[in-house]
Amino acid sequence: MRILVFVNHVPDTETKVKVAADGKTIEKAGVNFMLSPYDEYAVEEGLRLREKFSGEVVVISLGDDAHKETLRKALAMGCDKAILLKDASERDSFAVARSLANYTKEYSPDIVLCGKQSIDYDDAQIGGLVAEMLGMPSVAVVVKLEIQGRMVVAEREIEGGHEIVHAKLPAVIMAQKGLNQPRYPSLRGIMDAKRKPIEERTADRVESKVEVISLKKPAPKAPGKVVGTDTSAVGELVRLLREEAKVI
Amino acid sequence: MRENDSMKILAFAEQRNNRFKKTAFEVVRAARTIADQLSMEVVALVVGEDVSSIAPEIGAHGAARVIVVEDSRLGFYSTTAYSKVVAEIVRQESAELVFLPASSMGKDLSPRISVKLDAGLATDCIALRAENGAIIATRPVYAGKGLIDVRITSQIKIFSLRPNVFSTGSPVRLSCQIEKRNVALTDDDFGAAAIETTSSSGRKDVAEADIIVSGGRGLKGPEHFSMIEELASTLNAAVGASRAVVDAGWRPHEEQVGQTGKTVSPSLYIAVGISGAVQHLAGMSSSKYIVAINKDKDAPIFSIADYGIVGDAFEIVPALTKELKRIKDA
Repeated sequence: MRILVFVNHVPDTETKVKVAADGKTIEKAGVNFMLSPYDEYAVEEGLRLREKFSGEVVVISLGDDAHKETLRKALAMGCDKAILLKDASERDSFAVARSLANYTKEYSPDIVLCGKQSIDYDDAQIGGLVAEMLGMPSVAVVVKLEIQGRMVVAEREIEGGHEIVHAKLPAVIMAQKGLNQPRYPSLRGIMDAKRKPIEERTADRVESKVEVISLKKPAPKAPGKVVGTDTSAVGELVRLLREEAKVI
Repeated sequence: MRENDSMKILAFAEQRNNRFKKTAFEVVRAARTIADQLSMEVVALVVGEDVSSIAPEIGAHGAARVIVVEDSRLGFYSTTAYSKVVAEIVRQESAELVFLPASSMGKDLSPRISVKLDAGLATDCIALRAENGAIIATRPVYAGKGLIDVRITSQIKIFSLRPNVFSTGSPVRLSCQIEKRNVALTDDDFGAAAIETTSSSGRKDVAEADIIVSGGRGLKGPEHFSMIEELASTLNAAVGASRAVVDAGWRPHEEQVGQTGKTVSPSLYIAVGISGAVQHLAGMSSSKYIVAINKDKDAPIFSIADYGIVGDAFEIVPALTKELKRIKDA
């Protein structure tokens, strides 16, 4: 089975956003980056599919040299090979997807896996865009995946429930938390990853369709009031919610 | 396009089981607001198996015309078939703007439509404004720790709107024109299709709920979530959870609120025993009102709470439930 996994290198969840001098992006200095959490579920699922069906897992990322750190992590988890589509510019999801789709077409995978969204721009677009660009079916927000011959049976989360979806391979699967429990790279895996290849290519130039005008931090909330310190405050809290906030 | 035709906004009105989702009204109403500013026309689109009967309801929220596409195979959602239908209707109508909900259906549909129409897409928008004839969309990034303003540069522009943020308004029109359209679908168009949906036993979803009661590690164990559930049921609210308790296996991940869970904007968010890690605050700080109940007065959650009780959740939560029940019964 030929398995391709898209990964992104993103600021970790503890990051406090600071606006960079350009007024459009975040200040990267002092920020820790990591493999986007949902992409980590995708990597894990790719490895499990390989364990079941044999084959290879190729992991790909688009970005600058810093993305190698995330690719190494995926290699340390057990991926066979990594591709870096080098591009230091800011581009929108459509332009990222176009370059990933071009590589995907060339690689011709049986299945493509990626996270349901990358936790930087939270766009949740890449999987669907690539699938449509290549005329492939896709299933988003997947919490359970089974392969039956050339058919995918996936369970995806929807509001207040789940959908069971059938899709034909090759397909794009977008992972949600709960799909699996990602493994920690073993010491051996980390050593091996250093010897595994990261193929570098220059990403195709693709024009963006969405332009960022500005990045701001949300207006800070005015400090609230402490209503009390024990059950005697409950009455007053309920009164405030009913009469001041008018939310109950 | 005929010369006198005004430009159009196509608003995708999501329905499931022949009932409009609240987001359908939000999307049509938001389209109406923008259309009024830019002298555009709003066309709503309803897709499903047998949905003509519900169409007038959506027209009343601001669409002069409602297009209905029915097919017995569209009863369950199919990413491939639904996206074909929406893109086809956008082309037939020469619509320049497309509005969808950023719900699980809309989030899945919008990238596909974006490729079919070679259109830029801004997902999960929380505000839209017209500026010199163009639309500027505001959308959260880094789970709401930042907000970006974006402009779409392609001819056709797609916006998905975060549920629960835009107002549904009250019905504004008494009548609308309903048009049935056929879009030819072959079996190949159902390359990915749902065959079954399951619902989590009447539970409200945090992403849709107007009130959320969330619990964190301060509850000390999964068994104590019963008091969270009881408070939630008294308020007709959804139960939420912090990452810590989901990772510990106390609660299912569907309930997780935060950067690696769901980002929510309810009218009221009650955080119980949640200290307020950066990644949790990111997911719920846009709630309209926040109540924090925590025994640690220095917990970061109090910095964004409108009302706080610094005290023992095990005493306060049952007392709060009791008080709310008393008022309800009065």
